[in-house]
Amino acid sequence: MSKQRKAIALISGGLDSMLAAKTIMEQGIHVEGINFFTGFCVEGHTHAIREKDKAKPKRNNSLWVAEQLGMKLHIVDVIEEYKNVLINPKHGYGAHMNPCLDCKIFMVNKAKQWIVENDFDFIITGEVIGQRPMSQRKATMPIVAKESGADDLLLRPLCAKNLPATLPEREGWVDREKLHDITGRSRKPQIAMAEQFGFDDYSQPAGGCCFLTDKSYSAKLVDLWKSQGHKEYQLDDVMLLKVGRHIRPQPNFKLIVAREEGEGRFLQGYKNEFISMISLSHRGPLVLIDGTPSAEDLYLAAQITARFGQGREAEQVDIDVTMLDGSERTLQVKPIRDEDMPKAWYV
Amino acid sequence: MTIETLNARRLLCPLPVIRTQDKVKQLKIGDRLEVICTDPGVMQDIPTWCRINGHKVLEATAGNHEYTILLEVGSS
Ligand code: SF4
Repeated sequence: MSKQRKAIALISGGLDSMLAAKTIMEQGIHVEGINFFTGFCVEGHTHAIREKDKAKPKRNNSLWVAEQLGMKLHIVDVIEEYKNVLINPKHGYGAHMNPCLDCKIFMVNKAKQWIVENDFDFIITGEVIGQRPMSQRKATMPIVAKESGADDLLLRPLCAKNLPATLPEREGWVDREKLHDITGRSRKPQIAMAEQFGFDDYSQPAGGCCFLTDKSYSAKLVDLWKSQGHKEYQLDDVMLLKVGRHIRPQPNFKLIVAREEGEGRFLQGYKNEFISMISLSHRGPLVLIDGTPSAEDLYLAAQITARFGQGREAEQVDIDVTMLDGSERTLQVKPIRDEDMPKAWYV
Repeated sequence: MTIETLNARRLLCPLPVIRTQDKVKQLKIGDRLEVICTDPGVMQDIPTWCRINGHKVLEATAGNHEYTILLEVGSS
């Protein structure tokens, strides 16, 4: 009896990786999923934090895909290792701060290590030639295979017929004829396949699978790097970029202003690590101050804090300031006027 | 049978799932794990993770902005 072959599928939670895994499962291969958590994945974090989003049901798309396909899913924390990918991408960034090609190489390399450790035979991804301008082009397909070390153990079932045969095809573990030849940006072939398999309610992220493809998120990340003078980061730093309004009146400090109750509760968890402000005389948001503000800067920050509370039109607002050592004082300020807050302050 | 508790407060999904997954690896079939979280997403994600990996959710409770899931390790 021939050996039961096993494949690991990179599962992003989107449709393509779901179809790729299903295509191979249909050929009698045992498939399990692997999903890498970089810290930037679109995993409903804002949803988890913000009150207003709570009405909509929230799900983890990778887990959802795994359940639909009836396969196991391994979620791997790669937060630390991913830092080097984001900080020094050999192949550069995409339209925003997304190092997609290096990211793909990194993830396929991690999958390669995983198959060696777990005695699996090959790796599947949902890549399609021409689907994404930076990371999924004909020219990048061999780069990912080679630089990840996966070489011909990397099979892309959705576009395999447009690529040289890989080991699983040559060895007859999978039938190349039953693989696909999708190219380009059109989603029609994938949507048709999804229909064929009876999948609906799948996720189709427009920009990509992580926050790094988001313009406003990327701007906040660049601002963070610029202000600290280096690109190192902690998970908390990049989580906080997902929350609140970020306002930088001066290079040496910025304000993170909660936009609603859920965000306020989330920021509350960070209160001991930042200078914080809240209005005492009127209802208003919790504000964290990141950086090294002078006494004068703190006064300006208090005026801005007052501007985002119900005392915005008042002559005077009392702002409670809690310093890093826990000491508290009250600043009495006149809220800053809208016209005195340049657009450039908003990160 | 061991009953362990995992503090996953302040972690956002999928980190509570990852921490649960890593903890379950150290436990034996029939052991129980109580996971305490603050991200409401766990009410969906941990039961899904349990279903696809062969573990059983015995109880899921919510209150005071905290979510607690008690699971029993299965044979996966
Ligand atoms: S969108 Fe994000 S997770 Fe997806 S390949 Fe690009 S950098 Fe990696």
